[in-house]
Amino acid sequence: MRRGRARLRGEVITLSHGSGGKAMRDLIEDLFLGGFDNAILATLEDQARVDLAALATAGDRLALTTDSYVVDPLFFPGGDIGALAVNGTVNDLAVGGARPLYLTCGMIIEEGLAVEDLRRVVASMKAAADAAGVRIVTGDTKVVHRGAADKLFINTAGVGVIPPGVDIRADRARPGDVVLVNGYIGDHGAAIVDARGELALDNDIASDCQPLNGLVEAMLAACPDIHCMRDATRGGLATVLNEFAQSSGCGIRLQETAIPLREPVRGMCELLGRDPLYLANEGKLVAVVPAEHAEAVLAAMRAHPAGRDSAAIGEVTASPAEMVVLATGFGGERIVDMLVGEQLPRIC
Amino acid sequence: MKYTDEFRDPRLAERLVREIEALVAGMPRLRERPLQIMEFCGGHTHTIFRYGLERMLPQGIELVHGPGCPVCVLPMGRVDDCIALAERPEVIFTTFGDAMRVPGSRKSLLGAKADGADVRMVYSPLDALALARRHPDREVIFFALGFETTMPSTALTVLQAEREGIGNFSLFCNHITTVPTIKAVLDSPDMQLDGFLAPGHVSMVVGEAPFQFVARQYGKPIVITGFEPLDILQSLWMVVRQLAEGRCEVENQYSRVVPAEGNRPGLQAIDRVFELREFFEWRGLGSIDHSGVRMREAYARFDAERRFAVPNLKIADPKSCQCGEVIKGVIRPWECKVYGTQCTPEQPLGALMVSSEGACAAYYNYGAVKPAAQAARREVVS
Repeated sequence: MRRGRARLRGEVITLSHGSGGKAMRDLIEDLFLGGFDNAILATLEDQARVDLAALATAGDRLALTTDSYVVDPLFFPGGDIGALAVNGTVNDLAVGGARPLYLTCGMIIEEGLAVEDLRRVVASMKAAADAAGVRIVTGDTKVVHRGAADKLFINTAGVGVIPPGVDIRADRARPGDVVLVNGYIGDHGAAIVDARGELALDNDIASDCQPLNGLVEAMLAACPDIHCMRDATRGGLATVLNEFAQSSGCGIRLQETAIPLREPVRGMCELLGRDPLYLANEGKLVAVVPAEHAEAVLAAMRAHPAGRDSAAIGEVTASPAEMVVLATGFGGERIVDMLVGEQLPRIC
Repeated sequence: MKYTDEFRDPRLAERLVREIEALVAGMPRLRERPLQIMEFCGGHTHTIFRYGLERMLPQGIELVHGPGCPVCVLPMGRVDDCIALAERPEVIFTTFGDAMRVPGSRKSLLGAKADGADVRMVYSPLDALALARRHPDREVIFFALGFETTMPSTALTVLQAEREGIGNFSLFCNHITTVPTIKAVLDSPDMQLDGFLAPGHVSMVVGEAPFQFVARQYGKPIVITGFEPLDILQSLWMVVRQLAEGRCEVENQYSRVVPAEGNRPGLQAIDRVFELREFFEWRGLGSIDHSGVRMREAYARFDAERRFAVPNLKIADPKSCQCGEVIKGVIRPWECKVYGTQCTPEQPLGALMVSSEGACAAYYNYGAVKPAAQAARREVVS
């Protein structure tokens, strides 16, 4: 007969919570089993066991991905590290055209983290997983000495299935294709700068952290032959477009005035000398679609809550090859290159 | 956005470009060589590239991106001194972001940070002073650099530290001054410049008078210029109009911000804390007399150079670097022997490739060259 679920004691995580003993079992049973709450995880086996037949009916290729989340601070306007860890991996699957199904969760916890904070993160992961329609089915927990990690690092891996006929790749951009984005860029990057409190700015910028799989499904329904799609995370819009241009050997010409950008984000970029094209996003995707389907895809995006502010921001060109050119709102032109190093503020 | 969009109106830009074109068309001597106009300030360089201004200008005008990025002109030996200070175990070394990537002879401050030095990025010298308050058991050094623009805030921070009796705060002073540097450029034997855009933020502090010598002694028009793209186009039009009319004066395009007499309290704070050095070494330009400042004796206890043993090494610039010729407009960035090959923003060899305000980095990031794509990029930028 199975005992009732253990209860985690104490207010902070200690090394004993990673020791493999009773404290660790209490942590896993209370926080993770209780928090993530699903039947596959509850078997407490060393691996999640998934029925192949069900997967095979959903598509003809398996998609796998993994990502680690090390954001500081853990909680920020519009999200937290937990929501980020779920949505980031869901989105990495979705932009390949896959239907995300299962996630894993590896936690590296710094000794001294408040149990309450961990509980909040787990609850947030569960909520994000439910919203995206995925399940967290297996995991791992390590506790490291104070100073060996920064509060909490999370790794999530994801499994999804790609439906037949979908072939989204960075090298499929063709001259004449239209470049679409699903809304305001740079919100996440700006929210993190803001949340660090180094600038004492008074604004309400919130991260755009959100799952994109529903939006991608709606886009694929409008046009199964989407050529390229990526979520514009670290490195921002500019980096994704450079990847498309370089992989496909085409050029991309952007219209600065068409790129959705919130005023407070623009203001912060002005203040810090940052370029919003390179700011991180956590709920934005960039898609390259054949011109004849662009309007239909755009309409489908705008009809979905994650794409209400979608816009066509540019087109794929034959030349200059492998380069992204921005037609500025001022009437000039410039190249938008890959980001080098970190974006750092200018000094005067 | 209020107070910025007004300065980015494409219709006004087009009108200004047409007017510049008309002026240039009426200047027959331009058949021999294009007008060379130098923007001294890195902030201007940044705007020019960010808005693609060069490509909008008519043929017959060439912009030369001068030595006005304080990060770019910092000699390697001074960076090595920074690292020596930062690597002292008792020190928290604070700096503006751009300075973190400037290469020293062995590594940059970012490299020193990765090796364990406590290097922290701050947004103002007051942030560094706040760190000193929070860590009374550590020595907080602020890496002070920049032209007259940033000097008042550094000076005022020192005065604040003095008022509060803070004993664990000091400056590694690398502030530099504008006038001797413009003079050094003008005195260069291979100089071909026809006019200048004077730095707006520096002028906000020093006023108009210090630039009179450019017009009077050297006969070159100079226009104090703001940082929005329309500011720059209008200033270029003002310089070209002076040339077309055979005038050479100091004009103030940025009068909405720059008072003719400058900022008196700022100048007083600078004067109280700093004094001119006999000479100061610049990357790419060599030693320039009276072009840098140090802290006065009265503030010696806030001077990291006096408080700690700074090696004060002289390190020659890499031989293959042609930063000096680029700064003076003798060659364009892509004509440098190592541009885009041995010297890239990822691995800068020369200082101009470090900061986004450096001419080479600006070309590279906003219109630059990777060997395979060189021809296509030139097509876009030139």
